[in-house]
Amino acid sequence: MNVVIIQYNAGNIRSVDFALRRLGVKPVISADPGVIASAEKVIFPGVGEAAGTMAHLRETGLARLIPSLKQDFLGICLGMQLMCSFSEEGNVPCLNIIPQKVKRFEAAGGLKVPHMGWNRLERTQGRLIDSSFEGEYMYFVHSYYVETGDFTTAIAVYGTPFSAAAERDNFFATQFHPEKSGTAGSRLLKKFIAL
Amino acid sequence: MLAKRIIPCLDIRDGKTVKGIEFLNIREVGEPVELGARYAREGADELVYLDITSSHEKRKLFAGLVRRIAENLNIPFTVGGGINDVSDAGRLLDAGADKISVNSAAIMQPELVSRMSAGFGSQFVVVAIDAREENGRWQVYRNGGRIPTGLDLFVWAYEVQERGAGEILFTSMNHDGVKHGYACDALARLSDRLNIPVIASGGAGAMEHFREVFTTGKADAALAASIFHYGEIGISQLKTYLAGENIPVRLNNDK
Repeated sequence: MNVVIIQYNAGNIRSVDFALRRLGVKPVISADPGVIASAEKVIFPGVGEAAGTMAHLRETGLARLIPSLKQDFLGICLGMQLMCSFSEEGNVPCLNIIPQKVKRFEAAGGLKVPHMGWNRLERTQGRLIDSSFEGEYMYFVHSYYVETGDFTTAIAVYGTPFSAAAERDNFFATQFHPEKSGTAGSRLLKKFIAL
Repeated sequence: MLAKRIIPCLDIRDGKTVKGIEFLNIREVGEPVELGARYAREGADELVYLDITSSHEKRKLFAGLVRRIAENLNIPFTVGGGINDVSDAGRLLDAGADKISVNSAAIMQPELVSRMSAGFGSQFVVVAIDAREENGRWQVYRNGGRIPTGLDLFVWAYEVQERGAGEILFTSMNHDGVKHGYACDALARLSDRLNIPVIASGGAGAMEHFREVFTTGKADAALAASIFHYGEIGISQLKTYLAGENIPVRLNNDK
């Protein structure tokens, strides 16, 4: 299986790499548009800040390439947020694959930001995140969230319900980190590889 | 709903797991990667590895260990001990650590917290604070609890939050190793004062102590070492108990 992890200045590339290796998959880590375009599966990880990362994606041409990909594509955390239409983090237009806005959690009423830790998936209804994931706890670390909408395939609740996962055609996205979510997360990555 | 986290802490010296009892009398309890993986299987939500190696030379062993932990562990982990500058933190990030914790270095050089959170993101930076209650005031100590700093716990915790810390790991030196429960009053005050998560450390001796720290102590996570290492309380047993007490915890749900 030719799995490519898109290389950019994201913090969790190594964790995703290790998680796939634990499943017996040896991913290629690359920023080369040709390598990415010819992959069977593409993973777009992300820990970092939206506006700076979008600028980087535009400079490198990845911002044009990514929405045109036809193979199964998985965006993780910031990767998911960058797949949306617009992020409040730096007020930046994003890749617009999933036409939802990315908003900041408001630290009000005792709500701590970032949302950090394990939270439950609810209303699971996707091809990747199907009903077998209902009630599973996954590991989240984020201060911004994707609103719920037509492409939401699972929600989690932190002050407000938000999109924990989304899908559109060959594009899949999780706000949580499957690479850090124990056996439930491993099961999800395995399922993505097998799609 | 966000679950309360249970975090076993593994003290590492010369690449092996040890636990200091009230910062003294260190003895070994196991191989760090193996022990961490076992805790993950039992339902630990996160792990903390603290390097207590004294010599600079042997500290290199730790970076290698961090990489092996990252390769093998499928839950998040924090590493701390001996992180004195941004490049130390960067090396541990590259080795695969999810978070680093800084303690004495942050006290000596508070702008380190700002620089690390700007460089790697707040989620990467845990500030560990050791403090002791003395005449009604919580004084911060550094260098493994050996040197009083004159800093007030609440003032210092607020400052590091404003500098971009993502979490506070507060150890009560009065409670650590005593096993009579966490410093719930101070923890609740911290939690009310801060808008970042607070990890409680020091004092766990029974399952009820975890219930107390998550209710009256308002902690987001609870860290413990010896009770887990010596098998006094099993993690899955603890989580089943907490769930029965209506505390939101992640129960193992293997499919």
